[in-house]
Amino acid sequence: MPEAFLILILFQLVGSALQTVLHLPVPGPVIGMFLLAAALLWKRSRTRTDKPASSFDSPALSSLSRSLIACLGLLFVPAGVGLVTQMPVLLANGLPIAVALFGSTLLGLMVTAFVMHKATRDRPSPERIPDTGGQVL
Amino acid sequence: MQSLSHTLHQIYARFLPEPNMETLFWLSVTLAVFALGVRLQIRLGRAPWANPVLFAIAFVALGLLITETPYGTYFQSVKIINFLLGPATVALAIPLADSIRLVTRSLPAMTLALLAGSITSVVSGVLLVLLLGGSHDVALSMAPKAVTTPIAIAITTQIGGIPALTAAFAILGGIIAAMIGETTLRRLGITDWRAHGLAAGIAGSGIAAAQVAQRDPVGAAFAALGIGLNGLVTAIIVPLILYFLPG
Repeated sequence: MPEAFLILILFQLVGSALQTVLHLPVPGPVIGMFLLAAALLWKRSRTRTDKPASSFDSPALSSLSRSLIACLGLLFVPAGVGLVTQMPVLLANGLPIAVALFGSTLLGLMVTAFVMHKATRDRPSPERIPDTGGQVL
Repeated sequence: MQSLSHTLHQIYARFLPEPNMETLFWLSVTLAVFALGVRLQIRLGRAPWANPVLFAIAFVALGLLITETPYGTYFQSVKIINFLLGPATVALAIPLADSIRLVTRSLPAMTLALLAGSITSVVSGVLLVLLLGGSHDVALSMAPKAVTTPIAIAITTQIGGIPALTAAFAILGGIIAAMIGETTLRRLGITDWRAHGLAAGIAGSGIAAAQVAQRDPVGAAFAALGIGLNGLVTAIIVPLILYFLPG
């Protein structure tokens, strides 16, 4: 568990350092995310499945990341409450905000799904609808 | 109402004079209200409209109002929760690595859909705000709203938007996507869970992805991918698009 948390923090640190040094437009934690994904895939491509898992790509890292992602919503609350300081801006722009949020979200959904639907050659996999208890990832 | 608020403020000022007590108090309130929101949503049959994040934000805001606490004091108390957004973003690497086999199989289609969806979200958001007479700050804050919130906040900080507004837009956009996504796409004749998942991840990030994940495992994998890749693509295209847009 401490090692798993260390891995997340270290990759965030490296990502943030790269962003500062190279003046990248991508935020540090996002760079860290892609670096960690690449590192995991590289490690897995070198590890045979019958060998024990390495200390780096550990079940602890999986369970920690699952816990963090499961309470992702909670992590948005402190910044979200900042909405109270934005009330004058929100109310002054009520109509554009409501229309843009609704229209843009709907357009984004439809365009993404339509392009994916048209460009996918093979047939869709059969539908399975289990209830995973609301667990996201 | 005025005197009630005053009394509550006096109780607050009497019992929470130390910074440490204040931190513990607001951390407890935030965690308790969020947990209550989650329970309420489960009680309502996991209804997408009963979103726990919105619930927690509303009640904490009400709490700040009646105890006359400034937002700065509250944020100082709960900034450890906010700090965890960084490691949580890095943690998205694990589902991303786990679902890599599915991606490589439909890579060309995914790339096209990802670019089309990202550009549509950013451009339509910014243009709709500007066309309807919204302010420049609001338009900038609207640009990265479809991305998962930690990434959206980082992008909006970089381009000069208002992080709190972007967070609100991302959450509200996610709720809209979760509520109307599946029915809208089925009406268009799209039943493939890969398309449903990717669209939810790209247009509505975490909240919409959670909705799809409850319905289908393939949808969950593609929603996770949509979130991760849309973060990268949007972080790169937002500065580019803003460079070419008027204003």
